[in-house]
Amino acid sequence: MAENRLGQQTLVFRSEPALLASAAIVGPKEGQGPLAEFYDVVTEDSLLGEKSWELAEARMLREAAELAVKKADLRLSDIDLFLAGDLLNQITSAGFVARDVNIPFLGLYGACSTMAESLTLAATLVDGGFADRALAAASSHFDTAERQYRFPLEFGAQRNPSAQRTATGAGAAVVAAGGKGPTITHATVGRVVDMGLKDPNDLGGAMAPAAVDTISQHFRDTGFKPEDYDLILTGDLAKVGKAVCEELLKRAGLDIADRYNDCGLMLYDHGQDTHAGGSGCACSGVVLCGYLLREMLAGKYRRLLLVGTGALFSPGTYQQNRTIPCIAHAVSIMAPDVVEEA
Amino acid sequence: MGKASQKATQKYKQLLKQKTPAKPLLRNALAAFFVGGLIAAVGQVFLEYYLSRGMPRVDAVSLTAGTMVAIGAFLTGIGVYDKLGQFGGMGAALPITGFANSITAPAMEFKREGWVMGVGTRMFVIAGPVIVFGTVTAFLVALMRMAVRGGMQ
Repeated sequence: MAENRLGQQTLVFRSEPALLASAAIVGPKEGQGPLAEFYDVVTEDSLLGEKSWELAEARMLREAAELAVKKADLRLSDIDLFLAGDLLNQITSAGFVARDVNIPFLGLYGACSTMAESLTLAATLVDGGFADRALAAASSHFDTAERQYRFPLEFGAQRNPSAQRTATGAGAAVVAAGGKGPTITHATVGRVVDMGLKDPNDLGGAMAPAAVDTISQHFRDTGFKPEDYDLILTGDLAKVGKAVCEELLKRAGLDIADRYNDCGLMLYDHGQDTHAGGSGCACSGVVLCGYLLREMLAGKYRRLLLVGTGALFSPGTYQQNRTIPCIAHAVSIMAPDVVEEA
Repeated sequence: MGKASQKATQKYKQLLKQKTPAKPLLRNALAAFFVGGLIAAVGQVFLEYYLSRGMPRVDAVSLTAGTMVAIGAFLTGIGVYDKLGQFGGMGAALPITGFANSITAPAMEFKREGWVMGVGTRMFVIAGPVIVFGTVTAFLVALMRMAVRGGMQ
């Protein structure tokens, strides 16, 4: 077996690549949420003075990327690789930003799991000696996602209580060999799980089994126990998906309830009329790059497992009555002082 | 893991159903009733007004429909109708104001893609099926009526 693999699906990063710096930019709605103080920028409106929402999303991604690099005391030319993705057709936000930042680019699509996917690949490339510094990023935007996946914005359709709101924002993190910051120690690459569901108004429910599959595989592969983590965090299962995920893991003998949360539930307050909670690449992106990494440096969390979750469908596959294949990737992150102790 | 068997899907759907909050049916029905009723009442006010000004009924009905379409489009334009729809559900969607909303919303949305490929092709993306199947149904009903009562009258 390859020396940096553990069990069936887990990668071990022996050089423990560090998250040098990160940046999170969010839209106004997210800026009214409970994590507001942790974001680098809260925009005044969702258009940012641009001509279209697509341009606004790309600008958020670019600003997050530039800010993360700046916070790491680096310049864009110091970055060897840019790994990013978003929800739009042909991942155009990422592609257009890659044009502007002029860094060698690998475009990623993992639906809402993209942040975990980009971190996994960034850590892999840095650990393998293929890059000194890689920039991992992801973005999503409520308005661009609505018009692509659902209805025009001003159309008066009523949403289900299980529906989720695509987060507006972008997160970016610089992953580097050596240096100070929380380190990425393991990543468990998920398999695609399709439970045969078809309802795009309940993506949390569709994605939960993928999260369960990856989380249980992570513990099998690494031999870790839930107690090894202060926090286990799924990307955007929201209310329904989180409850199901917790239940299924419990049945599988993994009781994580006391240390489990979901980014989709942390992003908004109950009063914000976001139905079951947040979703989108930015959901786990900004919670990680804004809140979690800062709280890790502040000593609140010592070790956490971020499980990005994604639904790999399109409006076309839905209209053709196909089921929703889902994926989840887990990234294990450790605070700097814990690394030193070990 | 791959794709689940039908049996596993059924079992999982049961668990999902348990954990999914029930739709607030009574609240939704009441909201639809009052929003739909309010829109109908506004329409009635315009109809009575046009009739009181001596307009023939056929014309007054057409003008009322036109007025309600204008109101629906206006409320869509100022960003109110989507909120009315979220609150009132079918009560906001079913009246002619909802039809206006379904055309105005994409027309606004896709202006950035240009007048022809944006507004032109996308304007009826929601209303299109309503018009197609409405016309087909009207045609079938007219055929039935002719079969029963005969002639074109």
